[in-house]
Amino acid sequence: MGIPTLVAMLVAALAVIGVLSFREEYSLFVPGLLQGAVLTLQIAVLGSLLAVVMGVLAALARLYGPAPLRWLATVYVEIFRGTSALVQLFWLFFVLPQFGVTLDAFPVAVLALGLNVGAYGSEVVRGAIQSVPRGQWEASTALNMSRPQMLRRIILPQAFIAMIPPWGNLFIELLKSTALVSLITLSDLAFRAQQMNQTTLKTVPIFTLVLLMYLVMSLAITIVMRLLERRASLGLARGRAA
Amino acid sequence: MTDQPMVRFDNVSKRYGPLTVLDGLNLDIMRGEKVSVIGPSGSGKTTVLRMLMTLEKINDGVIWVEGEPLTHMERNGKLVPADLAHVRRVRGKIGMVFQSFNLFPHMTAMQNCIEAPVTVLGMKRAEAEARAAELLGMVGLSQKKDHYPSQLSGGQQQRVAIARALAMRPKIMLFDEVTSALDPELVGEVLQVIRQIGREHDLTMLMVTHQMGFAREFSDRVCFFYQGKICEQGPPAELFGAPKNERTRQFLNAVLEAG
Repeated sequence: MGIPTLVAMLVAALAVIGVLSFREEYSLFVPGLLQGAVLTLQIAVLGSLLAVVMGVLAALARLYGPAPLRWLATVYVEIFRGTSALVQLFWLFFVLPQFGVTLDAFPVAVLALGLNVGAYGSEVVRGAIQSVPRGQWEASTALNMSRPQMLRRIILPQAFIAMIPPWGNLFIELLKSTALVSLITLSDLAFRAQQMNQTTLKTVPIFTLVLLMYLVMSLAITIVMRLLERRASLGLARGRAA
Repeated sequence: MTDQPMVRFDNVSKRYGPLTVLDGLNLDIMRGEKVSVIGPSGSGKTTVLRMLMTLEKINDGVIWVEGEPLTHMERNGKLVPADLAHVRRVRGKIGMVFQSFNLFPHMTAMQNCIEAPVTVLGMKRAEAEARAAELLGMVGLSQKKDHYPSQLSGGQQQRVAIARALAMRPKIMLFDEVTSALDPELVGEVLQVIRQIGREHDLTMLMVTHQMGFAREFSDRVCFFYQGKICEQGPPAELFGAPKNERTRQFLNAVLEAG
């Protein structure tokens, strides 16, 4: 699907939210839900940043690190990929205090979701690096580049393009997982919706708005990733047309 | 010093598991010498180049470059396997051109040619660009310097790859079947460039090739590889004109029939 279509969907979703908020049975819920959406967005953005950092570090450690670092990265990936995000949230929020480490709910949410998605992301990064043809390594070796120079200048820029679509998937996964954070006392979008629904029973307006708000956020992510992809593959794509 | 070989393979072996690809290779290449390596596929000829470029580890023996060990280094009077710093220092004298070009697809022809001079040699960008422009001109691609590899024909890509390798000012150039991936009508332009740098540069050149005509006309010496060993070597006129070895005769007959 092209970027214009995505933008049109985004604009349409925003327009529907705008139109609905002029109607009384909807407008009542908009401010509260927007507050929740802001929190959801904060957790999603910060969590995604953490996920990228962890994903890249873990992948590089597993591919090129010395043995102890390699093990550490493998342990991290397997634990955070192999247990559910919910359990991780509970652990960081309810279990760690038993060992004397107490964190606020917001940092725990960012940490748990970022680490969780970062573990998946490390496999994305690893796969993308390994998908760069061997000839690129060999040419860099023949030009006497060091390992870090090869990675930074030759391999990662090419791997980057292959990473963008799967990272887009992960960011959207992460956005949706933010619904879990209500279980550690945070009032995110999903939590506020449920709360409002319990007190007012206006199910249709509340969950219509919630659906649209999530859709706006995920469309925004998709559009940003598509733009990034287009930009990153500029040179390569231009050639393909020739 | 002048009679010291530029490259010396000293009893070098390469094995992949039970398969011996090269078996105790001894080969000296003199400064400025142009050596062609021919032979059937699987005879180990490409492995020779790849070992010299340090793309393959060797299992036995020592490779020397300008009297200095490449695969090893001296420690307390003994040769021990080289560390990366040592390899990189010696490897800098060698450049290589590949069958599949291996240009960096995310960089233009110009960027391909200045990347390593800037990042590896620490050359100033302007200086590297001037040098690259000169080399791209020499390979006849001044007009294409801002093109990406995928906008270039195979022959043009290979000429950029040659310029890119030369930009590092190697003393030894390795050519690994550099025309094998090209459409027949593009082979000539690449061979022309190789001929030219053979004339203009004081380079030692080692090439694996299937272009018998070119090997005959261009090289000072031709080595025929068979089953991991040099089966026969000599000046091209002798090796092609009057091969002594039965295997060489068979191979040349087969190639000439096909070609």
